[in-house]
Amino acid sequence: MTTLFTSDHEWLRIEGDVATVGITDYAQSQLGDVVFVELPKVGRSLKKAEAAAVVESVKAASDVYAPITGQVLEVNEAVTAEPALVNSDAAGKAWFFKMKIADKSELGGLMDEAAYKAHTA
Amino acid sequence: MLAQDAKTPLKRTPLFELHLARGGKMVPFAGYEMPVQFSAGVLREHLHTRAAAGLFDVSHMGQIVLRARSGRLEDAALALERLVPQDIFSLPPGRQRYAQLTHESGGILDDLMVANFGDHLFLVVNAACKDADEAHLHARLADVCTIEPLSDRALLALQGPKAAAVLAQHCAGVSQMRFMDAGPRKVASFDCFVSRSGYTGEDGFEISVPAEHAEQLAKLFLADTSVLPIGLGARDSLRLEAGLCLYGHDIDTTTTPVEAALEWSIQKSRRTGGPRAGGFLGADKILAQLDQGAPRRRVGLKPEGRAPVREGAALFVDAASPMRIGAITSGGFGPSLNAPVAMGYLPTAFASTGAQVFAEVRGQRLALRVATTPFVPNTYKR
Repeated sequence: MTTLFTSDHEWLRIEGDVATVGITDYAQSQLGDVVFVELPKVGRSLKKAEAAAVVESVKAASDVYAPITGQVLEVNEAVTAEPALVNSDAAGKAWFFKMKIADKSELGGLMDEAAYKAHTA
Repeated sequence: MLAQDAKTPLKRTPLFELHLARGGKMVPFAGYEMPVQFSAGVLREHLHTRAAAGLFDVSHMGQIVLRARSGRLEDAALALERLVPQDIFSLPPGRQRYAQLTHESGGILDDLMVANFGDHLFLVVNAACKDADEAHLHARLADVCTIEPLSDRALLALQGPKAAAVLAQHCAGVSQMRFMDAGPRKVASFDCFVSRSGYTGEDGFEISVPAEHAEQLAKLFLADTSVLPIGLGARDSLRLEAGLCLYGHDIDTTTTPVEAALEWSIQKSRRTGGPRAGGFLGADKILAQLDQGAPRRRVGLKPEGRAPVREGAALFVDAASPMRIGAITSGGFGPSLNAPVAMGYLPTAFASTGAQVFAEVRGQRLALRVATTPFVPNTYKR
């Protein structure tokens, strides 16, 4: 199992041809207290860099972009029911959605953990 | 928030170093570097203010002394009545009143607090408007008054149910003050101006202190375990839950006090039939709207779902109609309500409490209901 990162502070856990997507702990710390999350509909086909989800803190709304192209297989209702999960466990329980990877070559453009750490340093 | 001119360096308040030391996240606001939040974060800062006490740095706001050249307070009060629709003449010594500087068009140049300090008036105006307000006062009142901006003073707001107990440890007579009482007081050993007021909907105080003592005074308050430093983020969510207007967002030169639902702040003496009716800028329009009603109104709006509906969102009569009827002027999440809250303008016909309207958010129409404000009951000590 590999975890990759985008420069927009999303993480992707790759298992076979399925990617689980969430936002990083760094992203949640920058956003502050999350009060609302909107997730894409299951079955929706997302293009890379398309707005896929919305995270709102008390102060502002932020888009979460599709890190790669693919179809939404499953969304995490626990996060819409309890948005504060994003603050308490961004890298774990607060995953946003799972998508079927349409083109594995897109993964080549993403960062590994070391590169992402350097990116946020 | 105002766009920052890259050429103008940001100003700092006397509490800048203290904000950094307390973990303040600094952002540009109205020409100043101000803390948007501290380490507790907006949500906890908001809830803490409603549960205990919060300390806000509002030193960026303008403090102005208005004094009649004659030395008679009435002359200053009557002069200021040429610029505001409020009754300043009858404001007793030691009392403060909410007011608006109006434009010839009936719009609002700024909203402010006016206090009677016995031999002069003390004004607190918005940071983004203070230079324009001073110029306006000079242009209109210099014949009768001297206008003295107090740029060497900081302004602290101590707000929340424990504010009075905290302040009472450093200031005599606090418990006798009622909401909107105001005047010079010693706080610790410093010469301050204290008013029992604020902009959170909570009981609390605003304390004007000489700049050189501001940090010392702030540290005295913060030494009390019931006090947390609070940033602009929570200041905004607190005032929104309290249904209070933010200048430049909910009110500006295009909104009259009546459209903004601020007619409660216009006393009978200045209205049609009153002893000093009219006589202020924009009086024709504002008095006509007081008599006949305004075509649109600022209202509280409660989104029916969980999604915050923010400033700028267009409002519609139903889920499909292309006819835009208004817009959100302030909106976000209310931590005390644990729900989204908003304010906006609607045509009067659509502005009755309980009416349903729709806001467009990310291409979707979300239902909202017109609601009475404050969203959270205020706890002023009247």
